[in-house]
Amino acid sequence: MEENKKLELKKLAVNVRKGVIEGTFNAKSGHPGGSLSIADIVTYLYFSKMNVDPAKPDDENRDRFVLSKGHTAPALYAALAHKGFFPVDLIKTLRKPDSILQGHPSMRYTPGVDMSTGSLGQGISVACGMALAGKLKGKDYKVYTILGDGEIEEGQVWEAAMFAGNRKLDNLVAVVDYNNLQIDGSLDEVNSPYPIKEKFEAFNWNVIEINGHCFCDIEDAFNKADECKGKPTCIVAKTVKGKGVSFMEDKCDWHGSAPNAEQYEIAMTELDKAMAELEV
Amino acid sequence: MADVIKCATRDAYGAALKDLGCRDDILVLDADLAKATKTITFKKEFPEKFIDCGIAEGNMMGIAAGLASTGYTVFASSFAMFAAGRAFEQVRNSIAYPKLNVKIGATHAGISVGEDGASHQCCEDIALMRSVPNMVIINPADDIEAKQAVFAAAEHDGPVYMRFGRLAVPRINAEDYKFELGKGVELKDGKDVTIVATGLMVNEALIAAETLKAEGIDARVINIHTIKPIDRDILVKAAKETGVIVTAEEHSVIGGLGGAVAEVLAEEYPVPVVRLGVEDTFGKSGPALELLKIYGLDAENIVLKAKKAVELKNKLAK
Repeated sequence: MEENKKLELKKLAVNVRKGVIEGTFNAKSGHPGGSLSIADIVTYLYFSKMNVDPAKPDDENRDRFVLSKGHTAPALYAALAHKGFFPVDLIKTLRKPDSILQGHPSMRYTPGVDMSTGSLGQGISVACGMALAGKLKGKDYKVYTILGDGEIEEGQVWEAAMFAGNRKLDNLVAVVDYNNLQIDGSLDEVNSPYPIKEKFEAFNWNVIEINGHCFCDIEDAFNKADECKGKPTCIVAKTVKGKGVSFMEDKCDWHGSAPNAEQYEIAMTELDKAMAELEV
Repeated sequence: MADVIKCATRDAYGAALKDLGCRDDILVLDADLAKATKTITFKKEFPEKFIDCGIAEGNMMGIAAGLASTGYTVFASSFAMFAAGRAFEQVRNSIAYPKLNVKIGATHAGISVGEDGASHQCCEDIALMRSVPNMVIINPADDIEAKQAVFAAAEHDGPVYMRFGRLAVPRINAEDYKFELGKGVELKDGKDVTIVATGLMVNEALIAAETLKAEGIDARVINIHTIKPIDRDILVKAAKETGVIVTAEEHSVIGGLGGAVAEVLAEEYPVPVVRLGVEDTFGKSGPALELLKIYGLDAENIVLKAKKAVELKNKLAK
């Protein structure tokens, strides 16, 4: 990856992270931890990978994105806003009664949201349906979905994985946000879904393991997914929950609680500093 | 008198899908029950537009939602128990909340499933689906109505839950019957009591009305095929003109047609509502027709309820 492009993506990812903090702080609720862990992947998808146009959010040939781990909507909203689907200012309205930004993604409220999600395990099934539609219609769009690593404890994920493998949906890419934390603790303490790679392989998927915060890794994985024919691809992205905000990193307590005013200031200062370092 | 034609509404579902198959936007999904839900009739004609999702109903509803989001009109089929029960939350969150064009073809509803017994006799599906915003519910009385209901569902913009039976039931509608979504049908006028029925109980209501007539009770009979949105006008008119209502359905007395009718009348024109349905209990194995008698889902019991209703009306009038 070119250095300039990498730098640009890093800056965009800082903006996405600032959006996560801005949104959850103003809402006094939400899920910053998992939103920060997917920030780099979401940034890459919207600013380097996906064929989407804010002027034509319903274009039938567009690539689709389904946030199966719907509680991390703040990251998606920040990416959509910076992409131009709606004004960045609206991020502050997250979770408010008159807002277009629901607590979990809703395709009927928010331009650019391709599917309403939030109940874990359901998004990947819908992504399979979208991918199948692409095959049936002879369209060459791709469908991307992001799952939480805790989310894959849901049985429906494996119903969908079986379907996608059996139907050879090679236009589908599922990313597992592997941060090893869920609400009640670490995954292996709660109900281990490990090994993730071997499970998806057993369901006839192409599996790629990467560092989910390294844009070179991310780009390489999505390119490999494009090259893989006859199988859906699962990218197991090792991530850090709360990535980019020091006191949130690798803490499951930040799964579903918002920063207070003091924490907001610290987080924003850290992110502004990160941005300043990139702008040198 | 000519022999009465008998046909299961699930057969009409399969036949209607086949008729719709020439439309480019139609897809049919099933969860390994094509022979029983009769989607096999469609599959034989249009194999490329039929998708078997295997025994995974929750996933099937998500697949249906994804397909519908790209412009398809998707019919997703399973038994009522699994379509409304097992996949309830997928139907709510992935289909109804985003208001996608998924039509749920739920067969084998109610006690008349027969020998398979309680695990498969879903008498709760109307109650479940009625509580979901954006959902339309159709429970046809015979094959003629069922087929037209499928066409109406295909035209409707948004999710529809269609409830079909396994048992062959008498045809009561003429070939030229015109189905109108959301409109109740007055099959017989009457002034003493109104029997509001749905599904296979409509035919029983017509038989009951004949018996009541012989006993000097003039019963009105209304077929409510669309349980949601329910035809409030026809119910209020019946309440005003006959003063008492009996509801009859092959579903739990809780949350189904009886509940829906009582809710409307309690708010708009309170009159006694006497409900006939499956009492708050599970079914059991047995031949369908025997079970319908055992659980009181027949003309004889409608007559008893109607007499009780008229007594209640007279008592309250004093």
